Amino acid sequence: MNEVLAELSKVSVTLNDRLIVDRVSLSIKRGDIITIIGPNGAGKTTLIKTILGIQKATSGSISLQPGLVIGYVPQTLNLETTLPLSVERFMALSGCDRKGCKQALARTGVAHLSAASVHHLSGGEKQRLLLARALARQPGLLVLDEPAQGVDINGQAALYDLVRQLRDELNCGVIMISHDLHLVMAATDKVICLNQHVCCSGFPEDISHDPAFIETFGTAVAESLAVYHHHHNHRHDLHGNVSSLSEAKAAPTGSGHHHD
Amino acid sequence: MIDSILDDFFWRALIGGLGVALVAGPLGCFVVWRRLAYFGDTLAHSALLGIALSFVIQVPINVGVIITCLGLALALVLFSRSKTLATDTLLGILAHSALAIGLVTLSFMPSVRMDLTGLLFGDLLAMSRSDLWWIYGGAATILCLLALLWRGLLMSTIHEELARVEGVPVERLRLALILMFAIVIAVAMKIVGVLLITALLIIPAATARRLARTPEQMVAMAMLFGFIAVTGGLALSWELDTPAGPSVVVTAFSCFLLISAVGGKQRA
Repeated sequence: MNEVLAELSKVSVTLNDRLIVDRVSLSIKRGDIITIIGPNGAGKTTLIKTILGIQKATSGSISLQPGLVIGYVPQTLNLETTLPLSVERFMALSGCDRKGCKQALARTGVAHLSAASVHHLSGGEKQRLLLARALARQPGLLVLDEPAQGVDINGQAALYDLVRQLRDELNCGVIMISHDLHLVMAATDKVICLNQHVCCSGFPEDISHDPAFIETFGTAVAESLAVYHHHHNHRHDLHGNVSSLSEAKAAPTGSGHHHD
Repeated sequence: MIDSILDDFFWRALIGGLGVALVAGPLGCFVVWRRLAYFGDTLAHSALLGIALSFVIQVPINVGVIITCLGLALALVLFSRSKTLATDTLLGILAHSALAIGLVTLSFMPSVRMDLTGLLFGDLLAMSRSDLWWIYGGAATILCLLALLWRGLLMSTIHEELARVEGVPVERLRLALILMFAIVIAVAMKIVGVLLITALLIIPAATARRLARTPEQMVAMAMLFGFIAVTGGLALSWELDTPAGPSVVVTAFSCFLLISAVGGKQRA
């Protein structure tokens, strides 16, 4: 039994008299990769902001492991261009030492950009920078809000792959939001389908058959995911590998391409 | 020697002006970074009301201005929570109402002899020795606060949510920043007048943006351009008998145009 990093119990959030998050209970354990999916306005971002402590819960309770360091990768890095800022400096503002910052940048593959201005980075580079910044703090829990936004499809697969590797290296828990259903299914342990309340949750391969999932996303999406899984297993069988989930995750690029 | 310099009102104005530019530089950068230009304007407009208030409750003018600015900032926070009006509408309402109420209130005090043009546009002659104490006391307070809170202020400016997650006390820093604005408005009023304070904050900072590669460089350059604006403006005012505040702003604007023309493209 892995240690529990964060435990949410019947958390509800009401904003301007609108129920955004409805009695969500979940627990994040060390080593978990949990992905939250759901339609627009389902309360995904609000839910993770509640975990981060940025948003107050209207009711319910959230308990974090004492001393837990959270690494947060926000949706986008919208920086005010009037503020001159280099990648290096942005990293240093985390309060981590130079060496740690350098290593984190190298780990996410953007070390060569350390002297560059943050305003000149591409979407993918920005996401990697944000990931490096979260990484430099040696987090016990990594929280990512649509980490692959603005990144092309190959880059997305690589990014999710990196997240999975980082989970292994840091032995941390990961909770993220994603819209990229195909990639999510390949790179995650547990999926939570949110539509204000948790409409279903479980292993990726089970969830695509769940009636609640089909109801939320429509039959077309559910079927395409089912096809995807078939393809995925098949491909790995051809390679002679056991069609386990972790193997499937190792090569998400090809599968992503298939559905492009 | 120092005493004889301080006896000359021109030198007093210049020394005072440099003190103001010293803090207008860094705070101006925050105004530009956090898009607070209209917010700063609103606080500055309320300064006149603060002057009237300080006569009513018998406190030094600077204290009255600081209290009024803080009060207005608080009112703004409370109003903006209801979210029925856009922030710029709200700021427009409060800025001009505060200015109007201040003017009306002052007109009710015929016993108080005030040079209204001086208050609105700055007055060289108005700089007294006690004003210098206020300016340098205020500047020292602000610079100490900035040095102490620098990383947190910068981080919460760059990305508020990220700062929050990393344990930066974002709300308290916002309050500290508002307090610093109130102080700078109270002391800068003498040099440029309430209507032009925002210009002294944002023009040097915007000029510095062209040349700076780091936030700290931008602050240092904003101070430098502030010095140039104050020195040039006061000299202009002295030579041509023009109002001090507008002359300072015109000099600042000239620097801005010059740097924009020759500075090339933004580098970082």
